[in-house]
Amino acid sequence: MQFVEPTLNLSVILPIIILTFSTLLLMFVDFWVPDERKDITGWLSLFPLGGALTATFFQWDTIKGAFNSSVLQDNFSTYLSILYLITGMLSVLISIGYIRKRGHGRSEYYFLMLFSLVGMMLMGMANDLLIVFLALELLSIPLYIMSGFDRTDLNSEESALKYFLLGAFSSGFLVFGIALIYGAVGSTALPDIAEGIATSGTVGLAGIAMLLVGFMFKVGTVPFHMWTPDVYQGAPTSVTAFMSVGAKVAGFAALMRVLISSMGSMDEKWIPALAVIAAATMIVGNIAALTQTNIKRLLAYSSIAHAGYILMAVTASTKSDDGVGAALFYMMTYMFTNLGAFAAVMAMERFSGNKQLDLDDYKGMGKHNFAFAIVMMLLMFSLTGIPLTGGFVGKFYVFKTALEADLVWLVIIAALTSVVSAFYYMRVVFNMFMFDGEIDMPTVPNALKLVMAVAAIATLVLGVLPADWYTIAQNALMTTGG
Amino acid sequence: MTIAQLYIPVAVLFGISIFFALLLPILSKILGPNRPGGRKGEAYESGIVAVGNAQKRLPVKFYRIAILFILFDIDIIFLFPYAIAMKKLGLFGLWSMLIFVVIFVLGDIWVWKRGVLEWE
Repeated sequence: MQFVEPTLNLSVILPIIILTFSTLLLMFVDFWVPDERKDITGWLSLFPLGGALTATFFQWDTIKGAFNSSVLQDNFSTYLSILYLITGMLSVLISIGYIRKRGHGRSEYYFLMLFSLVGMMLMGMANDLLIVFLALELLSIPLYIMSGFDRTDLNSEESALKYFLLGAFSSGFLVFGIALIYGAVGSTALPDIAEGIATSGTVGLAGIAMLLVGFMFKVGTVPFHMWTPDVYQGAPTSVTAFMSVGAKVAGFAALMRVLISSMGSMDEKWIPALAVIAAATMIVGNIAALTQTNIKRLLAYSSIAHAGYILMAVTASTKSDDGVGAALFYMMTYMFTNLGAFAAVMAMERFSGNKQLDLDDYKGMGKHNFAFAIVMMLLMFSLTGIPLTGGFVGKFYVFKTALEADLVWLVIIAALTSVVSAFYYMRVVFNMFMFDGEIDMPTVPNALKLVMAVAAIATLVLGVLPADWYTIAQNALMTTGG
Repeated sequence: MTIAQLYIPVAVLFGISIFFALLLPILSKILGPNRPGGRKGEAYESGIVAVGNAQKRLPVKFYRIAILFILFDIDIIFLFPYAIAMKKLGLFGLWSMLIFVVIFVLGDIWVWKRGVLEWE
C-alpha cells in the first residue's frame, strides 16, 4: 500500500504546540529555580498559558481540519480551549501559595497541570475516537498524580489511588466501546461513524452504550459518581478545583462531539438513556449534599448535581437548536462560580494537622470579614441559581432548551432539585450571617483574593448582562468536517 | 452453517467448564474433613512463615526504575514499526519520529538531572 502524507495544517494545533513546548522549556528553566523559591515556577507557568490563550483567540471563526481531519478546529473547540486556559490560569493562581505549604514546595505540580490542559484542549478538538482516547489519558494521568500530591497525607493518597483505579476502569469501558464501534462501522473517524452507525445493528448499539459508560464515569454522573466525593475531599483543594471544572468540561466536550456529530441519527436510542441518567444525577447529587457537613464534600456533591444539569442540555441538543449553546454557557458560569467557591474554601483552610474544614467553621464570618462573606454568598447564590447571578441565567437557558426538546418531566425534576439545592447552599450563607462564632482565618494571599474577585465579577456580569456572552456560546457551533 | 452455529461447541465447553469450576469446590466442601485452626489458618499453609503485613513501606526507588522501564518500553514499541516502514514513510516519517524522540530524550535528561537514576 502506498503511503499518503496526511494534510498537516499545524496551525490548528498551534495553541497545543505552544503549550507543550513552552512547558518542556519551563521544566528545564525550573532547574535554576532554588528549591525554597518554587513559587517562581508557578508564576512563570502563566506565560505558556497566556501564549496559548493568545493563539487560541486568533483561531475564532476559522474552521479547519488537521491530520486527515482527525483533529478539528471550529468555534466549539476554540470556545472550549479558551475556557480550559482561563481555568488553568485561575487554578495556577490559587495553587501557588497552597502548593508551597501542602505540596512540599514541589514544582512538578505546575508541569502536570499544564500537560493536563493540553489533553483537555485536544479533547475538544478530537474528531476521531482514537484521539478522544489519547486526549482523555493525557488529561487524566496528570490528574491522578496531582490528586496524590500531598504525599504525607493519607487522605490525599487514598484519593489518588481511588481515582486512578476507577479512572483506569472507566478508560477500559471507553476502549471497549471504541473497539465495538470500530467492529460495527469499520472506522474510528467520527464522520465515517456518522455514515455507518445507523445500520450497524446491535454491535453498534452496544458500542455506544460502553462509550457512554466510559464518559459518564469521567464526568461523574449517577450511577457512576461513587468516586467523586472521596476523591474531591481527599485531593489537595487546588487540585479539586481544577479537576471539578477542567476534567468535567472536557468530558462533556468529547461526549457532545461524539454524540451529536457522529451519532445524531441514533438519537431516539440515546436520548432516553441520557435523560434518565440526568434525572438520577440531579436527584442523587442534590439530596446527598443535604446531609454533608464537610464543605469540600458538599461541593463535590454539588458538582455531581451540576453535571446533571449540563447533561440535561446535552440530552436536548439534537432536538433543540440551542442545546449546545446552553451547555457551553452553563459551563462558563459553572467554571467561574466553582473556581471562586473553591478559592473561598482554600482561604479558610489551615495546614496544621488533619483537621478538615466544616460548614460550622463559617459561623460568624459576616462579622469577621464582611467582604469575604459577601463574595461567598454571591457564589453560593450562583450555584443555587438565584437571579442576577450567572448560575440563574445558565439554568434558565438549560431549562429552556430542554423544554424545546419536549423533555417536560426532566425540567420539572430539575426545577424541584434546584429548590432542594437551595437548602444546603443557603446553610453556608446562614452560618456566615446568622450565627456568632470564633473565626480562625489565616491571612488570605493576594492571588486568592484576585481569583475570588474575578469569579464574583464574572458571576455578576454573566448574571446581569448575559446576552452578548450567550451569543458567543451560541456561535460556538460544531462542524462535522474541515 | 451460520456463524452462531459455529460457536455452539465453544458455548458447550464454556458451560461444562463453569459446571466443573463450581462442582469441585462444592464437593470438597461437603465431602472433605474440616478441622480449622492453628497453622491451617495461615496464608501459605505449608510455605514460608509470613512476616509482617502487606502494608509495609517499600523504598520508592524500585518503583522509579519500573516506571522508567515502561517509558523505554513504549519508546521501543513506537520505534519498531517505524523501522519496518521507514522507507515507505520517507522524510515525513523521519521528521515525525525525530520530534517524538527529541521529546522523549528531553524527558530522559530531565529525569537524569532530577536525580532519579541515583541509587543511594
